[in-house]
Amino acid sequence: MASKINIDLAVNGTSHAVSIEPRRTLADVLRDDCGLTGTHIGCEHGVCGACTVLVDDKPVRSCLMFGVQAEGKAIRTVEGLANGDTLHPLQQAFWENHGLQCGFCTPGFLMLSAGVLEQNPDMSDDEIRDVLSSNLCRCTGYQNIVKAVQIAARELRARPRV
Amino acid sequence: MSYIGRSLRRIEDRPLLLGKGSFAADCNAPGHLHMRVVRSPVAFGRILGVETAEAAALEGVAAIWTADDVAGLPPIDFRQMGLERLAPYRQWVLARHYVRYVGDPVAVVFAVDPYVAEDAADLVFCDIEELAPQLDATAEPVTFMPDIHLGLLSEPAVIRRGYGDLDAAFAAAHKIVALEVKVGRHTGVPLETRGGLAVHDADTDVLTLYGAAKVPHYNRDAISRMLGLAPGRLELSEGHVGGGFGIRGELYPEDVLLCAAALRLRRPVKWIEDRKEHLLAANHSRDQVYRLHAAVDQRGFILGLKAEVFTDQGAYVRTHGTTVTDLSAAMLPGPYVIPAYSVEGHIRLTNKTPAGTYRAPGRYESTFARERLIDRIATELALAPVEVRRVNLIAAEAMPFDRGIETLGTAVVYDSGKYRDLLERVLDRLSYDRLQAELAARRDRGEHVGLGIACFVEKSGLGPQDLVRIKVDGRGTVAIVTGVASVGQGVETVLAQICAETIGIPIERISVIHGQTDRIEIGFGAFASRVTVMAGSAVKIASEALRDRALETAAKLLQTSPDALRLSGGMVEAVGGGASLPLGDVALHLEGAGGLTGEGRFVAGHMTYPYGVHAAQVKVDPSTCAITIERYLIGYDVGRAINPMLIEGQIVGAAAQGIGGALLEEFVYDENGQPLAASFADYLMPTCHEVPAIEVLLREDAPSPLNPLGVKGAGEAGINAVGAALAAAIDAALQRPGAVTQLPITPARLHRILRGPQS
Repeated sequence: MASKINIDLAVNGTSHAVSIEPRRTLADVLRDDCGLTGTHIGCEHGVCGACTVLVDDKPVRSCLMFGVQAEGKAIRTVEGLANGDTLHPLQQAFWENHGLQCGFCTPGFLMLSAGVLEQNPDMSDDEIRDVLSSNLCRCTGYQNIVKAVQIAARELRARPRV
Repeated sequence: MSYIGRSLRRIEDRPLLLGKGSFAADCNAPGHLHMRVVRSPVAFGRILGVETAEAAALEGVAAIWTADDVAGLPPIDFRQMGLERLAPYRQWVLARHYVRYVGDPVAVVFAVDPYVAEDAADLVFCDIEELAPQLDATAEPVTFMPDIHLGLLSEPAVIRRGYGDLDAAFAAAHKIVALEVKVGRHTGVPLETRGGLAVHDADTDVLTLYGAAKVPHYNRDAISRMLGLAPGRLELSEGHVGGGFGIRGELYPEDVLLCAAALRLRRPVKWIEDRKEHLLAANHSRDQVYRLHAAVDQRGFILGLKAEVFTDQGAYVRTHGTTVTDLSAAMLPGPYVIPAYSVEGHIRLTNKTPAGTYRAPGRYESTFARERLIDRIATELALAPVEVRRVNLIAAEAMPFDRGIETLGTAVVYDSGKYRDLLERVLDRLSYDRLQAELAARRDRGEHVGLGIACFVEKSGLGPQDLVRIKVDGRGTVAIVTGVASVGQGVETVLAQICAETIGIPIERISVIHGQTDRIEIGFGAFASRVTVMAGSAVKIASEALRDRALETAAKLLQTSPDALRLSGGMVEAVGGGASLPLGDVALHLEGAGGLTGEGRFVAGHMTYPYGVHAAQVKVDPSTCAITIERYLIGYDVGRAINPMLIEGQIVGAAAQGIGGALLEEFVYDENGQPLAASFADYLMPTCHEVPAIEVLLREDAPSPLNPLGVKGAGEAGINAVGAALAAAIDAALQRPGAVTQLPITPARLHRILRGPQS
């Protein structure tokens, strides 16, 4: 087996000391070494987006990045989205609008949406749809995902900006 | 409060939103090994040897198996529609003598880490003498396995069905209309790939397979038979399932290998396939050719229909046996009268991935063929396509309508339906005449726009039965235990709504346990749009039994009669007001007598037949061959809607898949049988850019008389007629009737239609 490297990963504000092979993808490190299985792996070639996480606030396909490349960066996964028992407006909107069926793609859509809405809270509905076309869902036909993100975007815009 | 008929948000969503799901890959056990399958790199060939020494020497490799190591295991048997003569075509868990498709499992590696397992698998060398593959299911059958099965050809079965006097129909015909159409090879492709974790508990001697889906009870019994395990030694456990669509949860070689390995290696074993493997190894579907001859009168009424169907079922006959061809044969006549019919369905094997069922199996294809035929009849007789449909649709007064043929071992009897009424409602919603005039005006201005309509009948609620047990505990919370499975379609919410309505309890207090073979002795799973019909009915029956028991018990406690009481808000209360009692207290009172429980068993000898109409409006750009769906409307009669929001979710999601199969998705092979679509870069699934807003006209005009709820299934309505409607719309946009005869309508195929074959 290849030699391992010891690094600290900052995930959702918590430091994880992990000993990993350099070839391990960030998705595998998050799931297997940090125990955060909310990030899902759907294709391992960067197309489906189920593994999307935020790295320094930007949406990233965690299957296309090595875990060691994430050292020193702030990683956010779906497990860090809610505030305690209070769902994030995106999570709430997905729930209210039936934006998920099997739920496998959901963490990727949530993190993608959270990332882009933080960067550009004023995205138009068309821009939102354009961004969401980068992830795949096989159950919903997208209608309710797009609707949920558009509703959450309005809700987030209405909040006082920090 | 009424629960049935309300668009409630789902009770199963919270863990999925929080990243706390338990999908197959989320299951782990201390010290588990990882399995990696070594697959055939060629489509057809004789196995000369499998060299494993180099791989076995790799640090971290625990074992490598080839066919010799599993020589005692039988091939994988049929779950449904098996025939004795199909037996030689079954797939072994590891290939013997021959490989028959790219992806055929040849060996398995077990290692301490998935990366090491993959490294080792790359080092296993398959020495295979490559032979010329069979890739065309309409070609003359060839030998299935030369030398091994002497004379056994690649046509395992021919399904023949028919009724009526076809000769008389053709003799009386005003015209004979002929058509050949083809539906491409595509499949379900759930976003979660297949996988599982097998754990043997040495203390109890029970082996548990986590990551089960669709039909856990059947697979428990099938794997037990294959491994020689006594009842009770194997349990299957379903967690969250990342989409099913017919293909996930069927019994595959990998499931059996996992269980065998956990027993033999005395360690838990986990297997998660990657996407390439999934596209090469999980069931493909569709891939049919239809040759139709219709005898019609002057009005376009079909007097008789003669059909020949070729199904390319790939390398082996898997668990579905003859299912797809059988359903195609039975459902081809669809919503039309067609008094005489005969069909010959050829099940053919080729050197491609084995094929099984995918959402609306045999209907997506046969609806495409039939509706293309209706459009062709209209063209040849210079009639309006909608008029030909009106003339042929079965009248509401003819219900129940006995088709006179069988499928899946049941007689095809359409239980209820107002087909003509639904067609008119859809046309009304479209403002059909005005819309056609608008489209004609746009065409006059040089745009290529058109509208297509397609009608269909679905089938749902396949039996034979389902069992449900419900129990109320002392806190007044309710547990529903059922043997059906969840593939993400909202099973928990729908069953809870039926229970909440019947026993008057807030839905938040209900939990639903499904897909656990150790919790209930039988279960028939989630397929054929059967869960709401079968388990939903069983929940209603069980809830009523529980309600009666609660009222009887409470009546004694309150010294009144059961008639004077009712259940509401989790309480037993007097109808006229006054004394009341929490349901939990009734449960506590019954603790010594088995608790407050209800059991319901629903048995169905017939399926129920929902129906619908799809309407598609498209715009074609002849310069790029791009197709834009401007509008898509689906009219569907579900009998009774338990949760309209979830039904619309099913319909819209299925429509998106239908669009994929109609325009984008295709497993293409080169002349050597090498798959050219083995990643998401080449197998194109729709994104939110390709899926338009799907409008749903949901109706409850013809409840099913076959179950206590009046429900029909909703899982396959959205996909059934997409290929048919889009093909008609594209024809209309091009003003080239009958131009589309093959799905998917890729830019390359559209280019050929527009410009003719390239020289």
